[in-house]
Amino acid sequence: MAEVTLVEAVNLALARAMEDDPAVVVFGEDVGINGGVFRATVGLQQRFGSERVFDTPLAELLISGLCVGMAAQGLKPVGEIQFMGFIYPCIDQLVNHASRLRNRTQGRLSCPMVLRTPHGGGIRAPEHHSESTEAMLTHIPGLRVVIPSSPERAYGLLLAAIRDPDPVVFLEPTRIYRAAKGEVEDNGEALPLDVAFVLREGRDVTLISWGAMVKETLAAAETLDAEGISAEVIDLATLKPYDEDTLLGSVAKTGRCVIVHEAARTGGFGAEIAALIAERGLTSLLAPVTRVTGYDTVMPLPRLEQHYMPSVGRIVAAARKANEFS
Amino acid sequence: MIASGRADEQLPVIARFEVRYRNYLAPDGAINRKLPAFASDTRLLVTLYRAMVLVRAFDLKAVALQRTGRLGTYAASLGQEAVSVGVASAMREEDVLLPSYRDNAALIWRGVKLEDILLFWGGDERGNRFSGPVQDFPFCIPVGSQAPQAAGVAYAFKLRKEPRVAVCLFGDGATSKGDVWEAMNFAGVHRLPVVFVVTNNQWAISVPLRLQTASETLAQKAIAAGFIGEQVDGNDVVAMHAAAEAAIDAARNGQGPHFIEAVTYRLGDHTTADDAARYRPTEEVQARWKEEPIARLRSFLAGQNVWSKTEEERLAAECQQRIDAAVERYLAVEPRAPETMFDHLYAKLPKAYAAQRRELEGGS
Repeated sequence: MAEVTLVEAVNLALARAMEDDPAVVVFGEDVGINGGVFRATVGLQQRFGSERVFDTPLAELLISGLCVGMAAQGLKPVGEIQFMGFIYPCIDQLVNHASRLRNRTQGRLSCPMVLRTPHGGGIRAPEHHSESTEAMLTHIPGLRVVIPSSPERAYGLLLAAIRDPDPVVFLEPTRIYRAAKGEVEDNGEALPLDVAFVLREGRDVTLISWGAMVKETLAAAETLDAEGISAEVIDLATLKPYDEDTLLGSVAKTGRCVIVHEAARTGGFGAEIAALIAERGLTSLLAPVTRVTGYDTVMPLPRLEQHYMPSVGRIVAAARKANEFS
Repeated sequence: MIASGRADEQLPVIARFEVRYRNYLAPDGAINRKLPAFASDTRLLVTLYRAMVLVRAFDLKAVALQRTGRLGTYAASLGQEAVSVGVASAMREEDVLLPSYRDNAALIWRGVKLEDILLFWGGDERGNRFSGPVQDFPFCIPVGSQAPQAAGVAYAFKLRKEPRVAVCLFGDGATSKGDVWEAMNFAGVHRLPVVFVVTNNQWAISVPLRLQTASETLAQKAIAAGFIGEQVDGNDVVAMHAAAEAAIDAARNGQGPHFIEAVTYRLGDHTTADDAARYRPTEEVQARWKEEPIARLRSFLAGQNVWSKTEEERLAAECQQRIDAAVERYLAVEPRAPETMFDHLYAKLPKAYAAQRRELEGGS
């Protein structure tokens, strides 16, 4: 098996999906000859032609609307939004059309589309290029929101997203596009959606995260382990609909839970998980559920962004504090 | 026209554009210019006439149902029947319609049952699972947002080399939205088989066209996107059918997109929740009644001796009977069980929502 980066795994999955299914169409800004600003689509236009892989005009609303129209016609469109800060013009199409086309026509039409976009900060990018507003998307009924945290899961989950009969927003953790490397077998096998992945088993505290923050969360678990605190690490992977059973099962075992995300705290997806555990896992709790998150500020420009992003130290401190309860 | 550059600078003109206007029948039914060939088939014209009369009677009934609490908010198409009927009658079954919320006449022409339309406005999604062409889109309520979708549909046709056309209807207010421009721009670049039709009924709820745009015509917006825009008398169903037929045929034959501005007038309120008297002078509406499409075609057909008072009375009775039967069927539709709101949320209900569904069943 070849070792690839996360963004290379995205490319492998796109190529595999296009090879397997002539209905798959890839488009967005600069995705053609340039291969995308992060090179996620590199080589696809040369291989599959400029009808199936094409550059759109600079128009994000159009990209999402094209997805809806094509998907209703039985194509499998995969649109790319260059950065998450530019996804907002797509919200009308996602909320009012993509996510509800099946429901509003009672199954007469459906919308098997994927909208891909880089997610999150930590790459010293210009303003509006480091957004992590996934919670906004998770509030949309009928949508799927998926974030991989490794090359293996990027490959398997993207294949699953493209094959899924419903609309998926696929958020790609920009910070680990190249930093995350792993062996990926290009065998066309998808990973399950709506399922959380237990990356590390533990007995004292459950650490829940997704996307690029999984890296710091795993590092925190290592540090805690050296201190004699056994941390279970869960990569949520699909944020909507999310795997309640795995989360509740883990908290039932450990009695403690720390949720880690780089998005702002208020109304972040961590709040949803904390509410779930309060509603259905309270009796197993030995300590309050805590969140280690970005702050309720605008994502700072690069000079301050490292102070905004949850660090290994902040995660460790939260887990230690949870462990002080007995 | 507003010229770019000051006249005294004597700069060379590098481009000129024109917008053509299409009209055949005058408001009194007289012929303004030579009719298109299809108009010699008076049976087709009678069919168009019957369709417009049906939808007007249907609209009246729908408003009455709303007023008596048996239908939700409803958008009648009073005065603009010729646009939807003219366009839909130029489509083939395999083409795809992307209608706005006021285009019920187009849906009815394409075979959607009256009770399905009532069911939707009556608050039941099953109305959108309609009996018409299965790939047609449901009414689009967020203004203009169906335009990029139409481009996507047309792209699929082109990719698969299918001789089909996407037909997208929206109102004058929609032309102020980026959605419409982005769709037209893309359609122009890829020469897509799509026809955009703007029903310019002069009012976007209370905002008149002069506050919507400083453009001399809406049709000229197509010029910036690189294809033809024409203005059509939207109260003349012969002109609407002719324009739509030419545009759809051209799109089907690989000649790319086309834009039609149908100039008409919304004689009624925006919806049953609106009172147009608040913002629109009565005299203006009364004057526009003299141009409306149904009386115009009736005058023409009567002049051709193919339509009589007896036939008019028979048609009215037929429409009433058909509508009454549809209303009866609509009112007899039992509400869905509450938990069925989950049935088409996803292709297969995710496990996470099974418990919520059970809550509605009165379960756990």
